[in-house]
Amino acid sequence: MTSAIVASGISKTFGDVQALDDLNLDVPEGAFFVLLGPSGAGKTTTLRVIAGLEKPDAGTVHLTGIDATGASPAERDLAMVFQSYALYPKQTAGDNIASPLRARKLPKAEIDAQVARVAELLHIEKLLQRKPAQLSGGEMQRVALGRALVRNPRAFLMDEPLTNLDLKLRVEMRTELTRIHRSLGRTFLYVTNDQVEGMSMADQLAVLRAGTIQQVGTPTEIYDRPANRWVATFVGSPRMNLLPCTANGRLEGSGWALPNPGFVSQGDRPALLGVRSEDLSLETRDEAAALEGRVYAVEPLGDRTLVDIEIGDRRIVVKAAPTASPEIGEQVRASVDLDRIHLFDAETESAVARR
Amino acid sequence: MAEVLVKRLRKEFPDGTVAVEELDLAIADGELFVMLGPSGCGKTTTLRCVAGLEEETSGQIVIGDEVVSGLRPSQRDIAMVFQFYALYPHLSVRDNLAFPLRAAKRPAAEVDERVNEAARMLRLEPFLDRRPGKLSGGEQQRVALGRAMVRHPKAFLMDEPLTNLDAELRADMRAELKHVQQRLSSTMIYVTHDQTEAMALGDRIAIMNKGRLEQLGAPMEVYDRPATLFAARFIGSPPMNLIEAEVTNGHLTAAGGLTIAAPEGIQRGERVIAGVRPESFTVSDPASDPDGARGRVASREALGDETIYVVETEAGLLNVRMPPTARFGEDQVVTVRHRGSAPPVYDPQTERLVGR
Repeated sequence: MTSAIVASGISKTFGDVQALDDLNLDVPEGAFFVLLGPSGAGKTTTLRVIAGLEKPDAGTVHLTGIDATGASPAERDLAMVFQSYALYPKQTAGDNIASPLRARKLPKAEIDAQVARVAELLHIEKLLQRKPAQLSGGEMQRVALGRALVRNPRAFLMDEPLTNLDLKLRVEMRTELTRIHRSLGRTFLYVTNDQVEGMSMADQLAVLRAGTIQQVGTPTEIYDRPANRWVATFVGSPRMNLLPCTANGRLEGSGWALPNPGFVSQGDRPALLGVRSEDLSLETRDEAAALEGRVYAVEPLGDRTLVDIEIGDRRIVVKAAPTASPEIGEQVRASVDLDRIHLFDAETESAVARR
Repeated sequence: MAEVLVKRLRKEFPDGTVAVEELDLAIADGELFVMLGPSGCGKTTTLRCVAGLEEETSGQIVIGDEVVSGLRPSQRDIAMVFQFYALYPHLSVRDNLAFPLRAAKRPAAEVDERVNEAARMLRLEPFLDRRPGKLSGGEQQRVALGRAMVRHPKAFLMDEPLTNLDAELRADMRAELKHVQQRLSSTMIYVTHDQTEAMALGDRIAIMNKGRLEQLGAPMEVYDRPATLFAARFIGSPPMNLIEAEVTNGHLTAAGGLTIAAPEGIQRGERVIAGVRPESFTVSDPASDPDGARGRVASREALGDETIYVVETEAGLLNVRMPPTARFGEDQVVTVRHRGSAPPVYDPQTERLVGR
């Protein structure tokens, strides 16, 4: 697969803040590629370096194989969509969408055809005559998208475009954007701090923290095989349960022990057991692989019930069947799916390999 | 702690807006009672009437054995919690906990007793002389909770206290709140627009709409059998599928040959709206299941622990919740089946539950 965007060895400091530290990114042509991380991780800076709005201290940017490190934003031919819509308030939606084409002095017939194409794609044909003030938040975001999509750039760069929408609309627009991506078949590089948004839309994800890439992979790879403790707890809800332990012939923590399913022995090094709440069960299957504790709280959510269990001075959450209804204070056993547990080095935080 | 009764409550504002139509609620002693609804449904107005911050137009509020209508908030012996405030960083845990009691000018002996009790309950005894900055996140939350609950009022009234916390902290705090409420057996009325929070916390949930009660029930009752289409749309994420169907030979049939188990007590030929939760549908490969209703995958959201499919069928767009091991691509043709027992069904005109 050819690469649409390759960023190599990018570093960028603002004053004494290191925003990006030797960052490498390879976005395949036609991918829906998500850059996921908390605020301050360097996502927006990465996007701005790729767009040519920010000059890196070190590193190169290649676009479709061509070195674009020194190129101006216009020469890079990338379209940006931001979380603020930045529409011209006095122009109709149609004129807003047409503005990048007018700036290039394209013939009117072609502009009209392109605007109609984009309006159909975004399902906003009926809104073209309205001014921004007459549009809802979701409609304005579609118009802003339309203005980016009307061009035929190398790639689309999107910086948290759904952040200002309410939850219901955000979920709808997620589906819309993946549909649009599919029908265009173009490269999307999409920045978000919302792990559900990232997981649900991406073909590929890069998880970013403090200016460095923690892991790159498909959503499933990142969820099932997180590279380190930080990625493991950033992705997934409820967040992954962590219990301090040692790992030798057995995994042993304070008041619990599990068989070691093949993790490389850690000797005396402190480690952390990681278990997602859905990989624990209150219907005991395997007596040897269970965590025992007291029920701390029970939270029915309809399709499942979250059971908080106290183990020593730690708390874990078990995703149980909706019919589960243990009493607070009751002693329970949560059996563990040993094939799906994780082990992290407590100091380096890296995932420990299985033999 | 005490029971709280809301009797035929009506609240009309001077501009003519009727915030609460006529509401009857009986909140039991020691109950965590959640009022859930969209903004403008009357839940906060009801809470403010109980607190004495609004005067009811008609009706009565009873707290314990006392009719409190006409009494000022301070005379009602209730505690309002709007938000779990940040802790005072320069005060010890002990002084943070004591703060509301000292502010209420309680005698020193009582302050000590209450603080020690709260510390025991919340397992904060080892930390009483530390500053909040020296505590873990979870310990700090317990202090914040303890400070809100250190008084012994007849009831706690909480208005979206978790709203300003980030998602992770909110989930932790929810479990802490539920734990402490059950341990203390406090009477608590908790207002929220967040259905997940309502489900997770409530002993019972009152779903409000336009100043009226839509449904009152335990979380799983409300989830399994919403009383109205409004309640059906409000509880659950992704929402319940609402599907037009007709009663045929012992089951419900929707467009495209989609069949759904039929509840008892509805007539053959009757047209209803079936409410099917996303987890009560499955999708499969037509090669292995050629007979069922067909659909096309319009979108899929892989969330790690589950995958949500939106499937375009003749019966409409259906939300289907599947395990993460299911792998169907967008645009793929699939077979959709209903599984499990009969779903609740609704009269399309009255929008209310019919049958059983």
